[in-house]
Amino acid sequence: MSENTPLLEVKDLKQYFTINTGLLQSKQLKAVDGVSFSINKGETLGLVGESGCGKTTVGRSLLNLYKPTSGQIFYEGKEIKTRNDIKEFRKKATMVFQDPYSSLNPRMTVSYIIGEPLDVHKLYKTKEEREARILELMGYVGLNSEHASRYAHEFSGGQRQRIGIARALAVNPDFIVCDEPVSALDVSIQAQVINMFEELQEKFGLTYLFIAHDLLVVRHISDRIAIMYLGKMVEIADAEEIYNHPLHPYSKSLLSAVPIPDPKIARTNKRIVLSGDIPSPLNAPSGCPFRTRCAYAVERCAETMPEFKEVSTDHFVACHRTSEIN
Amino acid sequence: MARLLEVKDLKTSFFTDVGEVKAVNGISFNLDRGKVLGIVGESGSGKSVTAYSIMQILTGTGKIVSGSIKYDGKELVGAGEKVMKDIRGNNISIIFQDPMTSLNPTYTIGHQLTEAIILHTDRNKKQAWDRAVEMLRLVNVNEPEKRMKQYPYEFSGGMRQRVMIAMALACEPDILIADEPTTALDVTIQAQILELMKSLQEELGMAIIMITHDLGVIAQMCDEVIVMYAGSICEQGTADEIFYNPKHEYTKGLLRSIPSQANAGKKLEPIAGTPIDLLNMPKGCAFAPRCDVAMKICLKENASRMQINDDHQAACWVNVREAISNE
Ligand SMILES: Nc1ncnc2c1ncn2[C@@H]1O[C@H](COP(=O)(O)OP(=O)(O)OP(=O)(O)O)[C@@H](O)[C@H]1O
Ligand SMILES: Nc1ncnc2c1ncn2[C@@H]1O[C@H](COP(=O)(O)OP(=O)(O)OP(=O)(O)O)[C@@H](O)[C@H]1O
Ligand code: SF4
Ligand SMILES: [Mg+2]
Ligand SMILES: [Mg+2]
Repeated sequence: MSENTPLLEVKDLKQYFTINTGLLQSKQLKAVDGVSFSINKGETLGLVGESGCGKTTVGRSLLNLYKPTSGQIFYEGKEIKTRNDIKEFRKKATMVFQDPYSSLNPRMTVSYIIGEPLDVHKLYKTKEEREARILELMGYVGLNSEHASRYAHEFSGGQRQRIGIARALAVNPDFIVCDEPVSALDVSIQAQVINMFEELQEKFGLTYLFIAHDLLVVRHISDRIAIMYLGKMVEIADAEEIYNHPLHPYSKSLLSAVPIPDPKIARTNKRIVLSGDIPSPLNAPSGCPFRTRCAYAVERCAETMPEFKEVSTDHFVACHRTSEIN
Repeated sequence: MARLLEVKDLKTSFFTDVGEVKAVNGISFNLDRGKVLGIVGESGSGKSVTAYSIMQILTGTGKIVSGSIKYDGKELVGAGEKVMKDIRGNNISIIFQDPMTSLNPTYTIGHQLTEAIILHTDRNKKQAWDRAVEMLRLVNVNEPEKRMKQYPYEFSGGMRQRVMIAMALACEPDILIADEPTTALDVTIQAQILELMKSLQEELGMAIIMITHDLGVIAQMCDEVIVMYAGSICEQGTADEIFYNPKHEYTKGLLRSIPSQANAGKKLEPIAGTPIDLLNMPKGCAFAPRCDVAMKICLKENASRMQINDDHQAACWVNVREAISNE
């Protein structure tokens, strides 16, 4: 693999769901509607946006947990197409789920939960080898061997999230979709889990797609950040670049709305408070999805969807008026 | 003039099958007119139980064991349900984290708002309806007349939370208790709601008790901050004192563990160990088992609250040691 081939590349990914809206009637919900991005090896790409904008769906459909409606996914430069491609891909790419309380079966032991992917992918020869691997994985996430025979429901949220991470590591992945892995945890526990993700990344050279809605957490952990709105990508750039110079009107208001845990900054902070609510993805606006809440919207915004363009090196934005308003 | 709210040595417990859970274990604080008081603390530290105790809406086996809660000089503990009903209707209101559980899905928004107003004021049906429309307009719900006839499921999360605020404000309370009012909401919607609460507070001159685990929300909204750990107040002071001069090891740990400008690009410093189990409370300071600088005395005895300066109190032995060594 050459230096500048990304580990993972997603091109024009679409994931539509058919929703029954009444007697013999249905409608298409465009959960993800033409999203493109790439992730380099060893990098963390943060993915943010408001509830329902399609973050989890991006993660699931790029892993082929849903069959994408359309679009292409390339891994190490090779397109994932056949069933066999998918099977091989799943050994290298896994997911840590949003809610540590519901994503693990509470009536299963820790060793069963962590061992399951080993069984599915037949990653051991003997029973002893399996046991040893489970204990090794538990060690990586700071669980000790006595925990192995205990049940998931006996653990705190932070510990459960560690179990989920150990399970994701079982296949020796290169790439992990982390779907809000710290959102359900208490603030004092979040830092432990964030550090663990960073340590594991260094140790195994992992690549992350890190989904979260806490923008301070995302900024801390990400190299680059992607911002979504109503199924579409609106901006991608280097983490510091996007925080210091957001170009899309939605990014500007989103980042300015984050409450900063510092009273002096909070008092002087100029927040751009958006009026109106997020439209339903079943009734997405024509043209630019943000135009119903955008202070800069003009006629053109209702007519055509702005192109997702690279405006400076590695800084992509989808807005008709980028150059006029910045 | 009497203080608006004065809480003294309040203790509230749940009497469960496995023992007494001392959810709130002797807390004292005051709230003055027009002020915003923040309560932060770990999950399970007693923030909500403090709020429910003030309102006397504890569920299950929960009971105020001892202590005093005075509203405008009037004792509420033991005052009886009739008095409390009046207080809840006219003086102190609460909004909860999840607006869906506090709105009835089978009635229109208008019906629920007018019922609440009729219950708590002596307005007739027509007047209550007009007042409800006025309240919806106040909380920036567009086309309020039309919205009155809709059901909760037709509202977005942010709109429902605004309806809850409208309902809480309909009786013109002196104190609004907001228990994690924006936790379930998205950042841009949270910003709308916080802005709204702040402007209403200034306009109507009410006091707010803002319960949240989000230090960002505290920094943005509060004059005064209480930090709770395991049912007790470990530290209390002005927002500036708490953020720039923390004097309890839990608060220090909490501030170190959140991502900020200061630790950008560095490892976060988590608080070690696991959260407290109220049924197995350690002797001495409840935070000692997780504290990096715990001394022998911390494991034996609880530190009492010490005045750090005019605007600041904390209960931590480290301050006692410093005070002694400075003498
Ligand atoms: N399996 C499904 N069938 C139908 N609709 C779905 C399905 N999964 C997701 N959706 C819809 O697709 C949209 C995007 O959902 P998704 O879960 O990806 O959002 P999200 O950005 O992860 O939100 P959150 O921050 O709340 O987790 C939503 O409107 C959701 O209701
Ligand atoms: N109905 C109940 N029965 C038994 N214990 C309870 C009950 N309600 C609360 N508790 C206990 O009281 C303690 C304080 O709970 P409280 O809800 O006040 O915490 P909190 O600080 O609001 O936490 P969070 O941030 O998670 O909302 C907890 O340990 C909780 O388990
Ligand atoms: S394209 Fe138009 S509506 Fe969309 S963000 Fe840009 S200015 Fe606003
Ligand atoms: Mg999601
Ligand atoms: Mg609570």
